Amino acid sequence: MRFFEYEARELVRRAGIPVTDYGFTTDAEEAGEIAARIDGPTVIKSQVLSGGRMKAGGVRFADNPEEAVAHAREILTLEINGHMPRGVLVDPRAEVAQEYYAGVVWDGTRKQPVIIFSPVGGIDIEQVAEEQPEKVGRRHFSNILPFSDFVAKEAIAASGVSGPALNKLVPIVSRLARMFVENDMVLAEINPLGRLADGSFVALDAHMDMENEARPRHEKLLGELGVGKDETRQAREPTPFELAGEQIDASDHRGVAGNVTEFDGNLGLVIGAGGGSLTLFDAVRAHGGRPANYCEIGGNPSVAKACGLTKLVLSKPGVDKIAVMMSIVSNTRVDIVARGVIKACLELDHDPAEKIAIFRIPGAWEEEGFKILERYGVEYADRSVSLNEAARRAVEKIQGTGGAAASRQSEARA
Amino acid sequence: MSILIDADTTFIVQGITGREAVNLTRECLDYGNGARIVGGVTPGRLGREVHGVPVFDTVAQAVEHHGGPIDGSVVTVPPAFTRDAVFEALENGIKLVVIVTERIPRRDVAAMVELAALRGARIIGPNCLGIIVPDVIKMGGIGGPAKNAAQAYTAGPIGVISRSGGMTTEMSSTLSAAGLGQSAAVSIGGDAIIGSSYAELMPLFAADPHTQGIVIYTEPGGRMEAELAAWVLEREESERLPIVAFMAGRFMDEMPGMSFGHAGTIVEGKEDTASEKIARLAHAGIQVAERIEDIPEMIGSQIGVQIAARASAGNGGTGTR
Repeated sequence: MRFFEYEARELVRRAGIPVTDYGFTTDAEEAGEIAARIDGPTVIKSQVLSGGRMKAGGVRFADNPEEAVAHAREILTLEINGHMPRGVLVDPRAEVAQEYYAGVVWDGTRKQPVIIFSPVGGIDIEQVAEEQPEKVGRRHFSNILPFSDFVAKEAIAASGVSGPALNKLVPIVSRLARMFVENDMVLAEINPLGRLADGSFVALDAHMDMENEARPRHEKLLGELGVGKDETRQAREPTPFELAGEQIDASDHRGVAGNVTEFDGNLGLVIGAGGGSLTLFDAVRAHGGRPANYCEIGGNPSVAKACGLTKLVLSKPGVDKIAVMMSIVSNTRVDIVARGVIKACLELDHDPAEKIAIFRIPGAWEEEGFKILERYGVEYADRSVSLNEAARRAVEKIQGTGGAAASRQSEARA
Repeated sequence: MSILIDADTTFIVQGITGREAVNLTRECLDYGNGARIVGGVTPGRLGREVHGVPVFDTVAQAVEHHGGPIDGSVVTVPPAFTRDAVFEALENGIKLVVIVTERIPRRDVAAMVELAALRGARIIGPNCLGIIVPDVIKMGGIGGPAKNAAQAYTAGPIGVISRSGGMTTEMSSTLSAAGLGQSAAVSIGGDAIIGSSYAELMPLFAADPHTQGIVIYTEPGGRMEAELAAWVLEREESERLPIVAFMAGRFMDEMPGMSFGHAGTIVEGKEDTASEKIARLAHAGIQVAERIEDIPEMIGSQIGVQIAARASAGNGGTGTR
């Protein structure tokens, strides 16, 4: 879960790392008051969870409070990559002698956190690593031993930094590393970390990302920062269709109908499980099909949950048919899913045989499930029909059995 | 004959009185030769039994009751308690821990993996279904009830490794239908940090005289496929087995920052994408299948096994069948 810059800076401040005397507000007039308090040139920064702020005009410089108000007013109504800002940050323009980079991330291959440090900051660290690798210091550290400051010292020293700067940086980078561990972060980055004319350091911008799975452990902190429990902070905001999917999943603890995601096609998908859904979605598209949605069912959903999800998908404007497909199931019951999807069709006054392009869920209780499907004349398939072939049949049905669909497939195979 | 486990492997189930664990215990006892589940642990339930398996408060009690070291543990406790349960297993001499639990924060997983390395133990998972040696033993929910597992998995020369539990079964079933059985299939888990990656399991399969080829299921997100490609490139042909990979989630390349399928499946940078991974695997000489039904022929031709032509239409029907 990503934090806004104003929240990330608060986390940095709480960790005991010096920050500028910034202010956050959702009100343009108050931005002027903050600028007056700062009593000098300021930067007004849009608070959005999106890159490309500067390019989009979301970062502007003000010489006095009046300019700060004017910039804040414009930025507060400026949409950036589909995101409206949460507010603006008013930051003093610091006199920086040099910009550094300090970050902590996970290394999935080594299975440890790693400190990354560089005396070249203010730009993307991956670019520095490519162009000046000798100026990037890295140091992995243990998750069992308590964090010790020498680890940060080694990372800084490995980037070629020595002298008084090294000694001033060790406690800052150590605090960042401890904060990363204590708060279950997946990314904790200060960039740039500015060295001022007097040799002291101050965090000028920060990026923080907390692991979603760990949110329940940090309810107090998140509450203090004002992060709502239902804020997903995904790369894009959930649509009403997706929120309805979440409600169906939450309405019943049995099984999963998760990750409902909206697309703009005509073939509704009731698919699962995790890997099966990824495979099936690819297969539908490879055959020229246009999915109306993505989802993952599994974990033995109840009839009500399968029915609720199917109704949601069938009711989506533009959906002509649905395909009900999963990789071989072992704990999800085929018959229960079959009952759920047929119930949904009937309750919406649809003929299941016409609306369900194909039902391909082999596995536990399949005989019982196939019997139900036969009763309603629904086309079904067992494990001898591959995920790919089931997807192909569904696409063929929705496009009509005409030559156009068939020739597209032969092209795709060629 | 197999990797990691065989007919003699003894293990316990931590969290054995949970609903999922009770089912899993039944399945493992019923499958193949019948797993040697020598105990279960749920604090406060000492003296109970689950399908005839004695329940203890601590792992130490289970070890004492068994009268010697226990090989493995299947951990099914809630995410907040998993780290402690795994530490308890490791500190009581258990050398193979299968973690079924989902949604464990990375910090905890990394700590378990680090302690396991110090103790000379191995972790499979988390967020996995475990290990199966067809017709012999299964350790975890992999394949489901014994009857269903027997339908999908058959004994043979192919090692299977998968980030998706369900797809382990789907791929093995496809191999079985083509006459290619499995030496062992391992569901390694779908999280960003896991105990055993493809590259870490490869030497075990390579050392197994019965395994002739490897089939892997891969996804976008993480560096595990890049790690495997590097591992292959660093080795002589005689030190490794032929590998065929399947990549799911190609559509995710167009949706950076979104997570689908499993927790570890998210495109955060160029290296995480499906297309980049396919290129890296191919560069290392690993064939990447477009469709699962193509896998048997691809791996079969590399190990010199002729695959019978696939029936073009499968079984199924409609009301008029």
